Amino acid sequence: MEEVKLHYDVNAYDFTCAGEASGKLKRSLKDLGFDASLVRRVAIAVYEAEINMVIHAEGGVIDSTITPECITVVLADKGPGIPDVELAMQEGYSTAPENVRSLGFGAGMGLPNIKKYTDEMTIDTEIGVGTTITLKIYNR
Amino acid sequence: MDVKELIEKLDLKVLCGEDFSKNINGCYCGDLLSWVMSRAQEGDIWLTVMGNINSIGVAVLADVACIVLTENAALDADALNRAKQNDVIILQTEKNSYQMAAAISQLI
Repeated sequence: MEEVKLHYDVNAYDFTCAGEASGKLKRSLKDLGFDASLVRRVAIAVYEAEINMVIHAEGGVIDSTITPECITVVLADKGPGIPDVELAMQEGYSTAPENVRSLGFGAGMGLPNIKKYTDEMTIDTEIGVGTTITLKIYNR
Repeated sequence: MDVKELIEKLDLKVLCGEDFSKNINGCYCGDLLSWVMSRAQEGDIWLTVMGNINSIGVAVLADVACIVLTENAALDADALNRAKQNDVIILQTEKNSYQMAAAISQLI
């Protein structure tokens, strides 16, 4: 398998499309023959990051690079940035608004779940500029 | 046990789905989507009252065997369409999640 690159756009505040990018990526990884548990880990991590973009960041772009050894996903938005990353990483801490909570979001598990299911996660964030999250999951 | 047997034994209403041969491995109850996605296991029956489009996304990503909407929780039209596109089985019961989970535990 050669290197495969996939790109997805995420719309702001559109909960009817939320999960589409992660769903498509999941199907592509399955079709490429990756192990089901690895596909699940990527799908969960990317879904959480995708939902964060929809809720907090007016959408963004997702770029994934897939090789037999590693799946790298870069999620970039031009949202408000994360003021306190350490706090945002705590399970249960959420700034999701009430209307979003009524849809079942806002458990405060987004970033913790991403960390849990990936081998590497880096958050590059600047207030008023945006946030870029880079995820790596190795195929071991 | 497969989903067909679950439907028959617990008299569940089918809201979406055609192929009920999926195997059931366990059961998970919850309404907070991130929580469910991270903890529900492949092949679980998912008991929830969340019948919106995002529940379908979680069901697909977590590979649950089916969704059971408890307490006759409604499935909205967008969610039904998404479920059809993704072959997600959605069932419904008047029982609450506790009663349903207790009944399921007698079967699996």
